[in-house]
Amino acid sequence: MSLNKVWVEAAKTEDIPEDGGACVLLNGKQIAIFHLKSKDQWYACDNLCKHKMQSVLSRGILGDHHGEPKIACPLHKKSYSLLTGKNLNGEDYAVEIYPVKMEGGLLYVELAEG
Amino acid sequence: MSELKSDRKNLVIIGNGMVGYKLCEKLIEKEGGDKYNIIVFGEEPRPAYDRVQLTSYLSGKTVEDLTLAPLTWYEEKGIVLKLGEPIAEINREKQTVISSSGNRVHYDKLVFATGSSPFVPPINGVDRDGVFLYRTIEDLDAIRQYSENKKKAVVIGGGLLGLEAAKALIDLGLETHVIEMAPRLMPRQLDVAGSQMLKDKLQNLDLNIHLDKRLSVCDGNGKVEQIRFEDGSSLEADIVVISAGIKPRDELAKLSGLKTAPQGGILVDDLLQSSDPNIYAIGEVASHRDMVYGLVAPGYAMAEVVASCLTGGKKTFEGGDLSTKLKLVGIDVASFGESVETVRVSRMITFEDSVKGVYKRINVSGDGRYLLGGVLVGDSGDYNRLLHAYKNEVILPPDPGELIVGKSQKENILDLHDSAVICACENVTKFDIVNAIETNNLSDVAGIKSCTKAGTGCGGCGGLLLEIMDAIKEKKGESVKRVLCEHFAYTRQELIHIIKVHEIRAFDELKAKYGMGEGCEVCKPAIASMLSGVWNDKVMDQQMIQDTNDRFLANIQMGGTYSVVPRVLGGEITPEGLIVLGEVAKKYGLYCKFTGGQRMDFFGARLEQLPHIWEDLGKAGFESGHAYARGMRTVKSCAGSTWCHFGVQDSVSMCIDIEKRYKGIRFPHKVKSAVSGCVRECAEAQSKDFGIIATEKGWNLFVCGNGGIKPRHADLLATDLDTETLFKYMDRFLMYYIKTAAHLTRTSTWFEKLEGGIDHLKDVIIHDSLGICDQLEKDMQYIVDNNHCEWAELVKDSEERSRFVPFVNSPETDSTAEFLEERGQKVPVAWDQEEIKKDKVLVS
Ligand code: SRM
Ligand SMILES: Cc1cc2nc3c(=O)[nH]c(=O)nc-3n(C[C@H](O)[C@H](O)[C@H](O)COP(=O)(O)OP(=O)(O)OC[C@H]3O[C@@H](n4cnc5c(N)ncnc54)[C@H](O)[C@@H]3O)c2cc1C
Ligand code: SF4
Ligand code: FES
Repeated sequence: MSLNKVWVEAAKTEDIPEDGGACVLLNGKQIAIFHLKSKDQWYACDNLCKHKMQSVLSRGILGDHHGEPKIACPLHKKSYSLLTGKNLNGEDYAVEIYPVKMEGGLLYVELAEG
Repeated sequence: MSELKSDRKNLVIIGNGMVGYKLCEKLIEKEGGDKYNIIVFGEEPRPAYDRVQLTSYLSGKTVEDLTLAPLTWYEEKGIVLKLGEPIAEINREKQTVISSSGNRVHYDKLVFATGSSPFVPPINGVDRDGVFLYRTIEDLDAIRQYSENKKKAVVIGGGLLGLEAAKALIDLGLETHVIEMAPRLMPRQLDVAGSQMLKDKLQNLDLNIHLDKRLSVCDGNGKVEQIRFEDGSSLEADIVVISAGIKPRDELAKLSGLKTAPQGGILVDDLLQSSDPNIYAIGEVASHRDMVYGLVAPGYAMAEVVASCLTGGKKTFEGGDLSTKLKLVGIDVASFGESVETVRVSRMITFEDSVKGVYKRINVSGDGRYLLGGVLVGDSGDYNRLLHAYKNEVILPPDPGELIVGKSQKENILDLHDSAVICACENVTKFDIVNAIETNNLSDVAGIKSCTKAGTGCGGCGGLLLEIMDAIKEKKGESVKRVLCEHFAYTRQELIHIIKVHEIRAFDELKAKYGMGEGCEVCKPAIASMLSGVWNDKVMDQQMIQDTNDRFLANIQMGGTYSVVPRVLGGEITPEGLIVLGEVAKKYGLYCKFTGGQRMDFFGARLEQLPHIWEDLGKAGFESGHAYARGMRTVKSCAGSTWCHFGVQDSVSMCIDIEKRYKGIRFPHKVKSAVSGCVRECAEAQSKDFGIIATEKGWNLFVCGNGGIKPRHADLLATDLDTETLFKYMDRFLMYYIKTAAHLTRTSTWFEKLEGGIDHLKDVIIHDSLGICDQLEKDMQYIVDNNHCEWAELVKDSEERSRFVPFVNSPETDSTAEFLEERGQKVPVAWDQEEIKKDKVLVS
């Protein structure tokens, strides 16, 4: 696998509900994208929850823990930081997070090439 | 103007911007506000809108979204609003204003709320095409239109607003440059180090920043094409946006001979009276103690003071708060108080992490005791805490650096200065509050409010009041009530009260006024349930605060698939209905199982199938069973007197009537019921939240039973009721539960904590000891009348349906969920991959 990163077009901004998330399929991978309205900030992470390996994080609830944006899985409410991907319930798994940028109404996610 | 009442005085407001609007709002709320005819002249063609959020207009917000109140609001409140009609002249002797279209109105009191306009530096070429301001909807329309097919944008001014405008231009697809004359960005708020950190961050957003540059000319052939600087350098530019500060709109005031400040702004005293006592000035046009505030909060505070003065109150304006946060994507910048060097600042403490891009600085008084101000770049997580310490003059720890480095420690609110103002609206100090609690032995925030008036204004100090209450209780060793979560310092009851009294219908609104942070998986669904409990609005209206089950109106299960449970009232179903169920299951490949609640559960539905399944079920007359909701589940029935030779009443019909009445209503938790046709109790009514058992004379009503985790036998509330009384009691009981139980508390758990137990319930529900039965019945009738099957509505709504897709960027279906076959039906592969039984066939 190459370590080169590329920006991949992922969705239109209006595809991602305000203060919520949606899932995109990029190079066969499910990636959850979230939009925090108050900061007008976008975040992306793997859709796969590492707790029981369920591809559902985009359908979780967005929020923050002492200012750190996070997503809580809809199945058993495990939370992950959207800044670091770390589990916030003190468990030792994490999800992959990806940089997101917005350009001209489109969202791009930075992925490893290939 | 025929709409004016002759027995009232005339109050004329010039300007219908944010602050002018706020004054209208405050006045009509105040007692005595009705002694005025309120006449507002606005220069802009539309009613006041949220200028603070103006930039969001470029990213999709509409004028309606931004409008503070629709025209109908002004009409309803009897306010005469003249739009697109600026005041051109004032005759102070005759006390009349004359509008641009010649309307002449007499005033008893006059208020200037004319705001400000962008300051345009006196440079050659600023009148060229392609040079824009950034203040109104029209400005933004013009920018959007002009920027099409353009490449390069330049923003003049690197302050809060300039940076916001620059980001908007980037989002419009332009290469954007910001020019700042000072050697640093946001010169009013930042020092050099903070500015450097911010500059790095902005450059990562592809913003080009030029500091220490003075503009000399906007050049070009007709339209702007290039800008040139005093140092001889130049930059290509297709579009220029000027954001170089503000200029109060005091021109009319000057014309009419009112005193203005040398730097601009109508001179006002602490009552916001100008040099003419009949004329006030508020908002960005007022110059108070040498300050013109370019922020909305001080303007709102001024509106409150004038509203109070005009209605006989005694408030004064003592100066406003300058704290702000930059509203920029991904960039945390916040400042409060005296953030840069001033005479008072003699000690500053900084923290810098250049790898993370974090810079924090606090300014501390000479004796090290008080926070004077500060700035946070890259991480504004400490902002609320610091702002609080600053505003309330909290005595700092011996090493104030702890405030910005390392883990924050919890401060005790009782360490605040006695003189610290807790409620700014009513000017109530910490001492007043503690004193009121102790002398009157108060036990809740409501008590503090009625004794001190604290918290009765904007309500923003509610969290602090609660904190004081709790701290005092804790000091006395009393137990302290549980607040919802880190985002809301209130209990469920308090929040429900707030939602009702302040008519709050949206989570964001509640959070803005009574909460903090973004919310989380605890408060969002809890408040969603409170809002729908109070208003019974469609649950779908605020999807993103709902658990996924409420958002997609189905229970999420293994592999992210969903289950579907249609209602089968009383477990009674026609053969045709049964066939439809079978056909639907077959068509969508669903697993079928009868539940213990006398109805069918389909499992394994994919997200995108849900609307189709419900469309098919709906056509055959099936409604949502709300298996996903904290709401009415099934009302279980036995056979009853129709068929069963023991039966003494028709339990099936009763069951159906009950389920029909309460279906769809949201409760603090799920609610189950059952009706048995005789004392043999085949429907297990005594294990339900409310259960009914038929007697020879009528019905016995049992409440607060439970199966589940901690079984509880229901208590008998009333005996031998006729049908009408039975429904009355059920209405009262259920509504009382909605109003008083904590989120996610079943009736049985609620009951265990209810002081007085069943006797209390009998008192409230049968003897009306609280005098609320009428209201409980009315409230229940209201939500019953507003009931609807949400799935029936959803399937008709193509926009709603479009949410039910696995991927927003691709038509593919989610293939991660895997199934096996078991006993002729599909079942999902277990969590634990090793458990896959190899001999089973995989089905799709
Ligand atoms: C389908 C059903 C099992 C069955 O196949 O029979 C069922 C299935 C679930 N139950 Fe149940 N319960 C079912 C009858 C019961 C009963 C018995 C009854 O109602 O007669 C009980 C005990 C009685 C009671 O509630 O007092 C019961 C006590 C629970 C509890 C524990 C509640 C408690 O307060 O103690 C939960 C957990 C919860 O709600 O938080 C639960 C939660 C669940 C959930 C919703 C778990 C979840 O969130 O995914 C299951 C949903 C399955 C699905 O997707 O459809 N289920 N559950 C039954 C549905 C009846 C219906 O037609 O609506
Ligand atoms: C893009 C942008 C972002 C901002 N962001 C923030 C922020 O994040 N935080 C913050 O606190 N503040 C922010 N502000 C500032 C905030 O919008 C103002 O402080 C606030 O709008 C001031 O209210 P006002 O009523 O005094 O003035 P305005 O809202 O400007 O209203 C004045 C009105 O009076 C009208 N008028 C003027 N002369 C006359 C006349 N002769 N007759 C009739 N009508 C007249 C004007 O047309 C205007 O409609 C921002 C402003 C802008 C432009
Ligand atoms: S008993 Fe447990 S496993 Fe069975 S349906 Fe209820 S919640 Fe699910
Ligand atoms: S699968 Fe996400 S929390 Fe359990």
